[in-house]
Amino acid sequence: MTIERPAIRVPPVAAMTLLLVAVWYAGAFWLNTPQAEEALVRAGKPWGWSELLAQAYAMKRPILPTPDQVAMELWSSLTAYAPTSPRNLLFHAWVTAEAALAGLAMGLALGTLLAVGIVHTRTLEFSLLPWVIASQTIPILAIAPMIVVILGNLGLTGLLPKAVICMYLCFFPITVGMVKGLRAADPLWLDLMRTYSAGGPRTFWSLRLPASLPFLFASLKVSVAVSVVGAIVGELPTGGQAGLGARLLAGSYYGQTTQIWSALVMASLLSVLLIGVVRAVERALLGRGGAR
Amino acid sequence: MSDAYGTSLRTAADWGLVLLAAIALAALALPLGARDGAPVGWFAEPLAPLFLAGVVLAVVGGRTAPSPRKGAWVELAAVALAWLLPMHLMDRGIDLSAGWGLWLFLVAATLLLWRVLGVLAALPGWTRSVLVPGLFGLGLLAGWEVLVRGFGVPAILLPAPSRIAAALAANAPVLWDDFRQTVLTSVVRGYLMGCGAGFAVAILADRVPFLARGLLPLGNLASAIPVVGVAPIMVMWFGFDWPSKAAVIVVMTFFPMLINTLAGLGSAERIQLDLMRCYAAGYGRTLVKLRLPNALPFLFNGLKINSTLALIGAIVAEFFGTPVVGMGFRISTEVARMNLDIVWATIAVAALTGSGFYGGLALLERLTTGWHPSMRGR
Repeated sequence: MTIERPAIRVPPVAAMTLLLVAVWYAGAFWLNTPQAEEALVRAGKPWGWSELLAQAYAMKRPILPTPDQVAMELWSSLTAYAPTSPRNLLFHAWVTAEAALAGLAMGLALGTLLAVGIVHTRTLEFSLLPWVIASQTIPILAIAPMIVVILGNLGLTGLLPKAVICMYLCFFPITVGMVKGLRAADPLWLDLMRTYSAGGPRTFWSLRLPASLPFLFASLKVSVAVSVVGAIVGELPTGGQAGLGARLLAGSYYGQTTQIWSALVMASLLSVLLIGVVRAVERALLGRGGAR
Repeated sequence: MSDAYGTSLRTAADWGLVLLAAIALAALALPLGARDGAPVGWFAEPLAPLFLAGVVLAVVGGRTAPSPRKGAWVELAAVALAWLLPMHLMDRGIDLSAGWGLWLFLVAATLLLWRVLGVLAALPGWTRSVLVPGLFGLGLLAGWEVLVRGFGVPAILLPAPSRIAAALAANAPVLWDDFRQTVLTSVVRGYLMGCGAGFAVAILADRVPFLARGLLPLGNLASAIPVVGVAPIMVMWFGFDWPSKAAVIVVMTFFPMLINTLAGLGSAERIQLDLMRCYAAGYGRTLVKLRLPNALPFLFNGLKINSTLALIGAIVAEFFGTPVVGMGFRISTEVARMNLDIVWATIAVAALTGSGFYGGLALLERLTTGWHPSMRGR
């Protein structure tokens, strides 16, 4: 039931990562050279290749910041200000994570409810399930600003509109995974439950639900990643108050490329961290149940 | 769970129907709505009793039909008639927001629709796979229309489907321009480039396993990070027109395609590969004749995932800057001007595009991979 993950071999991954970094530096030089040249010409001093290289990698507003510039920006933002200050990226990451987690919780509730309904009612299976699938062909992220505005008209601002967007993105993998999971109980175990003369609810709580957990966690890992995306896009139309999406928008307004990149790296770290948490919970819970 | 679908509509004691009739009878005692503040009863409106009689006749007719399936069709007519009543009343200028009798009646009609769907869902074939979801969707649309108009929900919150359709028709030229800019220009080009690049690199990585081992973990990492965040960067690099949108789409679609293609190429079985070797087929021939056809379901999976991603990528990238045309531009400007019916019309276009894109790919998959084991038993 759990997917066997192939062992990650270090040399190829390291080689690819190094290649990526090398391409990044080369690209940064290539993209930043015109700007750097201009700056050097303006300074009026004679200059050669080494000066050009140094200038291209130390621009204040580069077209493409180098990895070390992004890392420095990230580091200074994390250490120079208190975590509660809006200049600290941790503050923005927390705002985004809050919305993403709230949306995930709502999506989990909705997705599980739908899955239970679909598994137990044939009418729902054939009438609702096709629409659940169709719902995901609609580019929901595109209508995120509208959801924010509509809920704003209803007097709901802040966390909830973003969480609703995350919920819409999250419920789908959970519904699909849970529909599969709730049907995954071994017929042999179902027979065993019958010999215990266990009724429907009892079988559900004691067998079907635990048997669906591996599927649920596989879905949760997908959901938590899309939830972060949803929260970030949901922050765009609020006009850049707080959150990683707001940092992206502000960075793009003021041409602060380093800020955009550091927000992007922070978002990736947040996403990886949240998936790690889900994985840890999975290991703890399924390990205790003896499922794996 | 009661077995609504297990009982025939013609069984003697049909308690579900009795319950429905009880609800409908209770509804008769309550007003239909109000005109100028005064409540209007069921028999004050000339056509309302006719609708009622039609519904009752259809339900009775459904029970005397020769088979449950035919009965379900007749009952469907009753449901349709019941849902037409509020439309008629609204046309006559009656305020439905206080018409609790009507709402109760519609609850009964919805339950009746549920019973009909239950019967139809038990029939295999196209009734189950096309008709049941279609009727469910129609029911949702009708409910949306009647609730929004009946309770006078302001259009700023949620316009009725009829208003969205009207906006769609009235702004067709503008919406067509947006569609052309966003879908036909940005999405198609970016999608082809992104999927093509992912596919090409996957073939290369298949030839050079070192590359595959290095790229796969990075690809898995890329699926975890919010790639759509590169949109502002791409807009900065490639300008406001379609190249920046296509670039976002390329970045978003590259890794899903790469991972799916690699998984597909690895799906050929040992014994099949041995057979190809027996035929003295080289790498190229094995790839074209065996491994690529075998990989088709995986390729289509990647293409389907990417179809949604591409649309999202283009529209989100347009939030960061566009020429004054495009679906993302339309949504963000008309939201700011509170013209929500145009926004909803754009969303309808986007939804239709997304579903059509996905559906087209699914159809193509059916046509090209009908022989594959994964399509068996459908």
